[in-house]
Amino acid sequence: MMKEELETTNRPDNTAFTQQRLPAWQPMLSAGIVIPGFVLIGLAFIGIGVGLFITSQNITVLEKDYTGVETTSDCYKCSNPSDKNCTCKLEFSLSNLFEGPVFFYYGLSNYFQSQRSYGASKDEYQLSGDLDYFKTPVSACSPYQYDANQKPIVPCGSLANSMFNDTFKLYQIVNGTKKLVPFDGKGIAWWTDYNIKYRNPSVTPLKNAFNGTVKPSFWSKPAYELDTSDPSNNGFVNQDFLVWMRRAALPDFRKLYRRITEGDYASGLPAGNYSLEIAYNYPVLSFGGRKKVVFSNVSWMGGKNQFLGIAYLVVGSLCVVMSMVMLIVYAKFKFPEDD
Amino acid sequence: MGSLLSQLGLECGGKAVKEEERHLRANDRELNLSYKYADNAIKTSKYNIFTFLPLNLFEQFQRLANAYFLFLLCLQSIPEVSSLPWYTTVVPLVLVLSMTMAKDGSDDMNRHRCDKQVNNRQVEVLVEGELQSEKWMDVQVGDIVKLENNQFVTADLLLLSSSEPLNLVYIETAELDGCVSVCCMHAFPEPFCPCVGEVRCEPPNNRLDKFTGTLTLKGETYSLDNERILLRGCTLRNTQWCFGLVVFGGPDTKLMQNCGRTTFKRTSIDRLMNVLVLSIFGFLMIMCLILAIGNGIWEYQEGSKFAAFLPKGVNAPFSAFLTFWSYVIILNTVVPISLYVSVEIIRLGNSFYINWDRKMYYPKNDTPAEARTTTLNEELGQIKYIFSDKTGTLTQNIMTFNKCSINGKSYGELLDFSGQRVEMNEKTEKVDFSWNNLADPKFCFHDNSLVEVVREGNPEVQAFFRLLALCHTVMPEEKKEGELYYQAQSPDEGALVTAARNFGFVFRSRTPESITVVEMGELVTYELLAVLDFNNVRKRMSVIVRSPEGKLTLYCKGADTIIFERLNPSCSNLTEVTTLHLNEFAGEGLRTLALAYKDIDPEYMEDWKLRHHVANTAMDEREEKLDALYEEIEKGLLLLGSTAVEDKLQDGVPQTIEQLSKADIKIWVLTGDKQETAENIGYSCNMLREEMNEVFIVSANTAEEVRKELQTARRKMTPDGTEEPTVKKSRSGLFCLQKTETVADEPVNGEYAMVINGHSLAFALEKDMEIELLRTACMCQTVICCRVTPLQKAQVVELVKKYKQAVTLAIGDGANDVSMIKAAHIGVGISGQEGMQAVLSSDYSFAQFRYLQRLLLVHGRWSYLRMCKFLRYFFYKNFTFTFVHFWYGFFCGFSAQTVFDEWFITLFNLVYTALPVLSLSLFDQDVNDWWSFQYPQLYTPGQLNQYFSKRAFVYTVLHSGYSSLVLFFIPWAAMYDTVRDDGKEIVDYQSFALLAQTCLLIAVSIQLGLDTHYWTAMNQFFLWGSLSVYFAVIFTMYSNGMFLTLTSSFPFIGTARNSLNQPNVWLTMLLTSVLCVLPVVAYRFLRILLWPTINDKVRYKVRQDKVLPPTPRRVQARRTSTRRSGYAFSHAQGYGDLVTSGKFLRRTPKSRPALFSQTDSPLAQTQPQFYRTISEREEPPLSP
Repeated sequence: MMKEELETTNRPDNTAFTQQRLPAWQPMLSAGIVIPGFVLIGLAFIGIGVGLFITSQNITVLEKDYTGVETTSDCYKCSNPSDKNCTCKLEFSLSNLFEGPVFFYYGLSNYFQSQRSYGASKDEYQLSGDLDYFKTPVSACSPYQYDANQKPIVPCGSLANSMFNDTFKLYQIVNGTKKLVPFDGKGIAWWTDYNIKYRNPSVTPLKNAFNGTVKPSFWSKPAYELDTSDPSNNGFVNQDFLVWMRRAALPDFRKLYRRITEGDYASGLPAGNYSLEIAYNYPVLSFGGRKKVVFSNVSWMGGKNQFLGIAYLVVGSLCVVMSMVMLIVYAKFKFPEDD
Repeated sequence: MGSLLSQLGLECGGKAVKEEERHLRANDRELNLSYKYADNAIKTSKYNIFTFLPLNLFEQFQRLANAYFLFLLCLQSIPEVSSLPWYTTVVPLVLVLSMTMAKDGSDDMNRHRCDKQVNNRQVEVLVEGELQSEKWMDVQVGDIVKLENNQFVTADLLLLSSSEPLNLVYIETAELDGCVSVCCMHAFPEPFCPCVGEVRCEPPNNRLDKFTGTLTLKGETYSLDNERILLRGCTLRNTQWCFGLVVFGGPDTKLMQNCGRTTFKRTSIDRLMNVLVLSIFGFLMIMCLILAIGNGIWEYQEGSKFAAFLPKGVNAPFSAFLTFWSYVIILNTVVPISLYVSVEIIRLGNSFYINWDRKMYYPKNDTPAEARTTTLNEELGQIKYIFSDKTGTLTQNIMTFNKCSINGKSYGELLDFSGQRVEMNEKTEKVDFSWNNLADPKFCFHDNSLVEVVREGNPEVQAFFRLLALCHTVMPEEKKEGELYYQAQSPDEGALVTAARNFGFVFRSRTPESITVVEMGELVTYELLAVLDFNNVRKRMSVIVRSPEGKLTLYCKGADTIIFERLNPSCSNLTEVTTLHLNEFAGEGLRTLALAYKDIDPEYMEDWKLRHHVANTAMDEREEKLDALYEEIEKGLLLLGSTAVEDKLQDGVPQTIEQLSKADIKIWVLTGDKQETAENIGYSCNMLREEMNEVFIVSANTAEEVRKELQTARRKMTPDGTEEPTVKKSRSGLFCLQKTETVADEPVNGEYAMVINGHSLAFALEKDMEIELLRTACMCQTVICCRVTPLQKAQVVELVKKYKQAVTLAIGDGANDVSMIKAAHIGVGISGQEGMQAVLSSDYSFAQFRYLQRLLLVHGRWSYLRMCKFLRYFFYKNFTFTFVHFWYGFFCGFSAQTVFDEWFITLFNLVYTALPVLSLSLFDQDVNDWWSFQYPQLYTPGQLNQYFSKRAFVYTVLHSGYSSLVLFFIPWAAMYDTVRDDGKEIVDYQSFALLAQTCLLIAVSIQLGLDTHYWTAMNQFFLWGSLSVYFAVIFTMYSNGMFLTLTSSFPFIGTARNSLNQPNVWLTMLLTSVLCVLPVVAYRFLRILLWPTINDKVRYKVRQDKVLPPTPRRVQARRTSTRRSGYAFSHAQGYGDLVTSGKFLRRTPKSRPALFSQTDSPLAQTQPQFYRTISEREEPPLSP
């Protein structure tokens, strides 16, 4: 043949790729897929929604605001920030057993942990136990980098400085006597925070590592004395500190304070009257913040959240409705056979 | 090439004194060097090793986008403002810069190599009386160089002497103007004398058609003009050697001076994108402003009180000011740097597809298609008007002698036994011409009967071919014995003379007074008494010859109508039969000529010759007198028959034109040919059709008449149309600075066509009439402009560009098409022919016109589709990404806190979504190429800008607004006040960031899947791969190891582990994905049902019939029209004068007519298309 004799050095390669003939799957939004798809998704969503909703309904939550805005509140007396070491009481009663394990949270509202400069105001190196940064904390901590005497603040920064410092004691009133409900404060922070991210300097006693530094100005105790009862719960690995340092994404948030898992209360809080004793230290009223305590139990889907279940139900039903609409439209306007 | 200009500019700028006059002395290097003229080394490269980095960076930062990112980087280095760490900008920026740098670097390396190769070419230089071989770059101004045959001309030379008689040289100017024809240059008649000549001439300039200077030789001064200058870029042909004096070297040569600036063509998408990007910036500023004001208010109401925990020494307005800039940094992702990179990559990829396409590869001359510009692809999918050259583009510029009618008998048809016509193709048996050793082997003819008749000695047939061998102005060239080469003024003539040659009447040689022909092996010399030349009015040419026997004969060939008027009445029977044959030929689109002869009485001849001489030397009314004389003698002719020459169309031209017009593309033919020729081609390629309501011919001589003809045509097409054109004025471009006027399309009541000639076009293109022309022309299905100059071609293109706001494409092969190729949005060059200039200035090139349909309907359409999909998706993805930040502003005190992890922000465009979207925009096709051809209507959405417009953009923004609301508020609501299943925290910032970013990535990935119509393995791989990479990366980045090595960079440690094991996190992702996607699915499904586009319909159809039906065979209908004459001849006026004057060898042809000038001189017109353009855009062809 002539063709073979011709010089064909420039002839492009005959591959599926260069000739744009790659085998391909070419799906189309056809009625056979879309309408049943919507029905299936709708039904599945309704199913999930029902499950979520019921689960969420079964979670018990007890929320109590103790900011002390209302004059009737016992904590009203403490709402003056100049009042130090004020304690107030919050009394409530449970008509049914509050099923355990019960988690005890404190909640803050209108509190902007999500503020950028607030969140950035900490020293990762210092918190991971690097002694160099004990002497010279990073500038991001400013103005809580050094105190007035140019002594480094450890832990530095706004985030650490503003650590929540109200403390709570829960009593069950049994026959007029107060019975302390034991709190479990262990393992309330993330495992990774406790074991990897935050570490104390390997100096014993821990106190020595803090030589030449000062405690954050809002703190009443230095970091190494946060928990006098448990020496291993001090410094940067103090559970309350860790919980606080995991800053919230939203201005309304709750943080885990204690778990109620021990003794008579392992299966929950029995019905009865309770009294919560609050050491009211943390000022929030100045910026319109609110403080509350929350008792809650959890399920497989976490804490109580009605939204997810309802959203699934709504979306699922919408899907089913939409599939009906599409079916009607499809029946009316079948694809034109001719073109 | 712009680089070259800047280089030249730099060098010119460096010179303190501008050169006023060039002065040099032959062979006196010392003196010449003292003037410091540029030597012959050229430099087209931009950089050297040391300047590369700074220069390249400087250039890159001149691009607005890069500068903007540099600015962002500066912002980020201010700690008060910096809302994102530096690496979020640096990583992409460095990547982009280094990619561009690598590309520029390799380009420049090529230029270096090319320069080196050219500079090191050898040439012989005369040094001290001896020839020495030197490198081109060492040649200096004033040197005398010796060139040999087929060598490139070293520099701009003053021709001194040559080997050929009369000191002629033949040069091919292909690299300069695409013209292959050999033209002769004229050296000095004096013997060559080195050493003493002194030259003064003009300074270097870029005018190819002009040269002024003087040569002083032995005290005498000669003036020098253009004809004595050999330009660099030409090639010496058919000349053994020549000597030349270097006048301009290297950068001063006209070729290099002509390598003008690159006119960057931008696509309409580009322009739209600029507008969009600008408005996006405006939008960005508004968003930042809102957030900044929000921040001000927040600081005032909350922040100042929150100061107990977050002391700040700043007041609210200043904080708002800082926040503004912080948000500028965060929200810059609306126009990420990767947008520009991706667009470039997509265009590059789609250009490669064009280069790789085997269906656009022409095996005959081994030419693949080439995308010479890689930035215009998507515009190929939006073409509305095509401007095509004729010769060499639609036609092959090959004329073949196909048929003839001799003495009432038609030859050339092949009939089978039953008397049926046999379809001819390559395999049809050819006539054997081996009996004739002078035959042209390339000639082919299929009808054996004609040969038999000739060899039998039939007198009419012999007379027929004798006429063809005698009556012409062809010049023969016989380099070797028996190897004849004809230089014909037009290919028609060449075809006829070649036919005669093969049938045994070989035109061998000519002198001014004689023609030598080998008649059936016998050498016969005829005395040439007169040539009655061809021109447009006469439409015929005759020669009067005296045979060796002393018989005087007039041979005449011309348009049938003209010849028939002049026939002897005795021929009436023959005329009838011949007319039938002529109609048949014309019906097949062949060009016909009628042939006739007449014996002349010697006495009458004497008398006539005398009068001819008188008339010829008359001072006034010479033309008229000559015409009258010719008229007198060309009478009473005896008809011999007729010829039919096929102006061979390129393969598949009519089908291509049909396809393109189905795609609603209008094709205008702009040709330098005569009206008849152009019309003829119009019919044979189906642009003009018999069934058209009317073909308007505009060929008036005054402006008023032209206007009238145009108006009449228009009124006929829209009897009830408005007189005033509907002009829509609008503004476009950046800041709406450009005013545009668009003339609306008007309805037409039928199919019309228009043929307008160059003369009328000149009037019609005047300012006051152009709209009239445009309106009328745009109503016609077909517009043919004939006898147009290159400048007019460009003007027509500009006119349409200006008033139609449509995308135009110009296709051509010759130098005369360069102007229109450059003027149009997209220029296509037909490659493979010898001339290069059209290709060099084109954006795309391929070997055959028919590949245009593939370029547009397949590659163009896909490119457009892909680019639009890409842009829509890209803007969707980034707007969604950015809007989420906007919403989060309301929950973080407008503090420019990012929602996502900083690493995610860095990698989102660069890693997680880069490849899937690239694979979408490189592989996606709605339907395959076969279906694209089946439904050319699929092309129309591109013309109407339907896939990506401001409107589509607004939809995209609204869509991303919705998605971002879903993507922020669903996680917000789902996570609000909730906890992990072990009661620990999950609404912390890091977990929320992880959730939000994962939702976002999944949602945009699914959206990508929805947009993908063509899932290749690559698409699957990249999409799933990117998602897996995302999860792999987050688990790696949030791992203990990464934190321990780089504590401050990876603070998200443990987030992935702690939050991705939560069922509610996954349920939230599922919900957001479904909420983002299902409305789109429902909308699209309903849209396809209720308002299906052509695209949807075809896709549906493709689904219906999986098996491809066989391609319907298109048989071109034979036209049996009797309305037209097939007469056409491609040249306007013959060489007759030259042939008879005897000066034809010594003539000084105006080989470089003034630029685009319309001279009436016959010589200027007879020159084969020979225009040059001043500005060349592409690389000069420096290497062979």
